[in-house]
Amino acid sequence: MTDTSLRLSPQQKKRAKDIFSSPIASAVAIVIAVLWTIPTFGLLITSIRPEKDINTSGWWEFFINPNVSFENYEKVLFVGTGVNPPLFQYFFNSLAVTIPSVIFPITLAVFAAYALAWFDFKGRDAIFFTIFALQVVPLQLTLVPLLQLFAQGLVIGGVTLIPELGITGTYIPIWIAHTIFGLPLAIFLLHNFLRQIPRELIEAGRVDGANWFTMFTKIVLPLSVPAIASFLIFQFLWVWNDLLVGLTFGAGSKSVAPMTVRLGEMVGTRGSGWEVLTAGAFVSIVVPLIVFFALQRYFVRGLLAGSVKG
Amino acid sequence: MRGSVWDVIGPNFTLLIISLAAFAAAIYALFLIGSRASVRWQGWLRYGVFLGPALLLLLVGLIYPALRTIWMSFMDKRSENFVGFDNYLWAFTIPEIQVVLRNTVLWVIFVPLLSTLIGLSIAYMTDRMKRAGLVKSLIFMPMAISFVGASVIWGFVYNFEPSDRKPEIGLLNAILRSFGMESQNWMLNAPLNTFLLIIVLVWIQTGFAMVILSAAMKNVPDEVVEAAMLDGASNWNRFIRVTLPMIRGTVVVVLTTITIATLKVFDIVRTMTGGNFQTNVIANEMYAQSFRQLNYGQGSTLAVILFIAVIPIIWYNVRQLRLERTER
Repeated sequence: MTDTSLRLSPQQKKRAKDIFSSPIASAVAIVIAVLWTIPTFGLLITSIRPEKDINTSGWWEFFINPNVSFENYEKVLFVGTGVNPPLFQYFFNSLAVTIPSVIFPITLAVFAAYALAWFDFKGRDAIFFTIFALQVVPLQLTLVPLLQLFAQGLVIGGVTLIPELGITGTYIPIWIAHTIFGLPLAIFLLHNFLRQIPRELIEAGRVDGANWFTMFTKIVLPLSVPAIASFLIFQFLWVWNDLLVGLTFGAGSKSVAPMTVRLGEMVGTRGSGWEVLTAGAFVSIVVPLIVFFALQRYFVRGLLAGSVKG
Repeated sequence: MRGSVWDVIGPNFTLLIISLAAFAAAIYALFLIGSRASVRWQGWLRYGVFLGPALLLLLVGLIYPALRTIWMSFMDKRSENFVGFDNYLWAFTIPEIQVVLRNTVLWVIFVPLLSTLIGLSIAYMTDRMKRAGLVKSLIFMPMAISFVGASVIWGFVYNFEPSDRKPEIGLLNAILRSFGMESQNWMLNAPLNTFLLIIVLVWIQTGFAMVILSAAMKNVPDEVVEAAMLDGASNWNRFIRVTLPMIRGTVVVVLTTITIATLKVFDIVRTMTGGNFQTNVIANEMYAQSFRQLNYGQGSTLAVILFIAVIPIIWYNVRQLRLERTER
């Protein structure tokens, strides 16, 4: 390999780079990027136009006749319709659903990943491979029985293993469901990361008399902060944007349903005009967009660790 | 109205804070006990504290429900009587469900293929591009948007105005009209409507494919590419003969990851058409059977069909991981 590169003079190398960055390719890439953004841009523009303008002209005419109004946001956020509370309440629900659904699985996953990476015991590999395979099991396969568990407890052969918990219609089933569904990927990612901690470091800790618990807090946890950050963004976007878990484990209760559930309802009902829909949709996507643009680097790192193995 | 909102948020907020505090306290207590315990006790305790909670949750929350769903797929709608393979017979013979299966196949073919193809092209075009960051960010951005949000965005693009006298406010129909063509009610037009929904998921997944493939291309050594150039290979030949073979493994990973996501697609279909007008897919029909018809037998059967579809991918992934592990 090095032989061939030696044959290139600096000028040739420069020329090579120039050809690589062909202006046509760049232009095509820019055009695609613009095409990709137009739908979202149209939504944003529509959401800040007065209702009358939205229904009588396309959003692109905003640039001929720029009327800006934030009435749509006021209406959708703070004015309820009939039995439906305003979106503001669902916004709070989305936050309340997401925060524990991110913290719980990450905590439990760091624990499990630590154990799987550094405790020596029989069956360790079998457990690890099972967890790895569980990543791909469709949620749909677990929905109904898990819901029945929350509603009725678990009784096998007359023995009550899990009692009726009476938590249906609160956030708790949604938190637990997200925790369970997030665990396999989290354990897999963090395990890959924790395995890279040099063995000497762990052994030195053992020699110094640190036990498995202090070793976790003193050595393992500080070292795994970057991996935790990557998964944090991952899980945040996943939970915030989820519809299926919120819909099923929220048990149809408006007081716990996240924004995605409400937005889905609004699309389905007549009378929700585009002025409310576009503003509502923008409210629901603005938080993940901020997280995304601010922490894109960590997000990409997490994606790479999750899909490109080795 | 505002007052009543706080009446709901108040208790919910209290529950949130108490739960977070309880969780933190439980973890703290476990660590306190763990680090004070005698060495012999610790040997056992560490499994209970570190591995126990996750394993218990996976066992009770994933493995047990999955097995129970498989069992329920052989039972009637209320899981009271054994019906053998009746539900599977239903799934493969009823015409409506055949449309559902056909659509799912269309999704699973086109979404991974188109997303990966477009993602791959953009990754290649921007590989040596100066200041490609913004271009990539814009294409990657839909990854952060929920499927429901994306459905609203695209629902607006596909919007149809029934009256000729009013202007079209949907972008697609406005473009048609400006070319003097008649606007269309896109969502009613099968099978085109399924493809229009597929575009929404392609729009979301392309960014993912691009980012992963772009990172893989950065790992192709400059020397290899330069050697190909010296040999006079055209751009296209260089891509097919040099770049593509070197990132083949990553392409497979991207294809399978998107395939799994596509199999489970539910939000887009539910939000945009409700599964009507012959756009239904397995995951949406599974939801409808289990939670609207309350037919657990048929709902479970559809879930099991989804699971069977991913088994080859699970098998392949586990095999790859084993190979990697033995290489180390």
